[in-house]
Amino acid sequence: MREYDIVIGLEVHAQLLTSTKIFCGCSTKAGLPPNTNTCPVCMGMPGILPVLNRKVVAYGIKLGLATHCSITRRNIFARKNYFYPDLPKGYQITQYENPLGEHGFLEIEVGHSSKRIGITRIHMEEDAGKNIHDEHEPLSYVDFNRAGVPLLEIVSEPDITSTEEAVAYLKELRQVLMYLDICDGNMEEGSFRCDANISVKPAGSEQFGIRTELKNMNSFKNVQKALEFEINRHIGIVKSGGRVEQDTMLWNAAENRTYSMRSKEESHDYRYFPEPDLLPLEVDDAWIEEVRSLLPELPSARRRRFQLQYGIPEYDADVLTQSKPLADYFEKCTHLLDSPKEISNWIMTSVLRVLNEKGIDISALTVTPEMLTDMLSLIKKGTISISMAKDVFSEMAGTGRSSAEIVKSRGLEQVSDEVDLRDKVRDIIENNPAETEKYRAGKTQLLGFFVGQLMKATRGKANPKIANKIIKEMLDS
Amino acid sequence: MKITEPEVVHVARLARLKLNTGEVEQFQKDLNSILGYMDMLSEIDTTGITPVVHATNIMNVMRPDTIIGSQTLSDALSNAPKHKAGNIVVPKVIE
Repeated sequence: MREYDIVIGLEVHAQLLTSTKIFCGCSTKAGLPPNTNTCPVCMGMPGILPVLNRKVVAYGIKLGLATHCSITRRNIFARKNYFYPDLPKGYQITQYENPLGEHGFLEIEVGHSSKRIGITRIHMEEDAGKNIHDEHEPLSYVDFNRAGVPLLEIVSEPDITSTEEAVAYLKELRQVLMYLDICDGNMEEGSFRCDANISVKPAGSEQFGIRTELKNMNSFKNVQKALEFEINRHIGIVKSGGRVEQDTMLWNAAENRTYSMRSKEESHDYRYFPEPDLLPLEVDDAWIEEVRSLLPELPSARRRRFQLQYGIPEYDADVLTQSKPLADYFEKCTHLLDSPKEISNWIMTSVLRVLNEKGIDISALTVTPEMLTDMLSLIKKGTISISMAKDVFSEMAGTGRSSAEIVKSRGLEQVSDEVDLRDKVRDIIENNPAETEKYRAGKTQLLGFFVGQLMKATRGKANPKIANKIIKEMLDS
Repeated sequence: MKITEPEVVHVARLARLKLNTGEVEQFQKDLNSILGYMDMLSEIDTTGITPVVHATNIMNVMRPDTIIGSQTLSDALSNAPKHKAGNIVVPKVIE
């Protein structure tokens, strides 16, 4: 029995894949020179008027529906007031009361059981700019290119009771966002950011412990490590009779520990009030139904369907549905060749290996589903062996040539022509009378010797199955 | 009095305003008279009326997701007292 219950709630900020910012027509493109993607609106000049990007709302509805939220009909925006150099207006435009989506859930799988994690709210807001701190001088540099880039903030209920569940929830949410094609999910570059609220309480107790907020975890591995560290810290304090202090903690990945930000309670007084510069937003049934009709199949549904429809194991279905393009690739292959398990094996080994080695996405792979299934057909027909196919695959991935071309130019076809093989075996038997005699006298383990000779004579291209059969037949006769 | 002295000090700190004792007193008086004036609105019976945040009935003013373009870098930096390599330079903020 565990002594303490762990209570975790997660807050995710997902950067949306729109072309323009949420309230102005500046591009959202990343990696441009500082402050070149700015205008008076996103730099917060006096007298500016923000105008809402319709696509941000559509994306918000999309995620809301995908996570079983109820969609708020009458939305208003609010100002969250605080001072920081990366916040040009001195307030962030966000939603406070009546967020776009509420009361949803996400289903996660941990071990072999599934669990629903409640989603409290999903709301739209603008991102802040970026600060870079000078290492030598007491200066910071501000770049507003990111200021005004649209975000969805997704807040979970405190339903998460272990670090494994936390990671499973984040992975599932990220996958859903990517399947919906509304966020690229890149954690290192900050398009998918996560903060956590953590507390511990004696097992079974009704009362929540004092929570800390945990920030700065930019990979799943860091989330897991940071949560574990913070949970142990809480338990340590409670065990020794101390009191956890409400605080915001920063994860330091280099030192594997959290540090207090020592933020004053007062700084959390954001004085929200309705944004006077933006008119109310009314989402009607027609809009919701339009978005609903465009929802793709979601990862969890696809995982289940892959197992049922293609009869592949749960593990395969998990791997193949990790990204929508990869799952699409698999399905395209199965339409071309009805061998789902073989296709799955090749994707999970050779395809994923090449993607990893090259650090590319499946869309950049030179081996198309047609090329992969053509090669698998060559194996089926016995033209090439599986080990030859591995070389052929590598070459296809490197050069983009078809398997047929590679097999032809490298002379890789297996010799399956029995007449030709029989001629060669006859020669071998004639040239090795001693071995032949021993074999016929009962030393059948010499079969390997004859197979080896045949492989040598065909430069490894004899179809092993047929070779074995012929040699046996001819030695036994 | 609706607004207490500590509240004035608190709000001033949030707004990064340094007020001396005299000013705190003055603002407390001013803010209270503004809030007292606004209190007249509470005398109206609003039972059953949905709160509105805007006086107009206009809703759903949106724009398509089309790039309009940005200002030039020199315009972007023209109000910045200091800039370096395209960045706006500010006193160091420590997180």
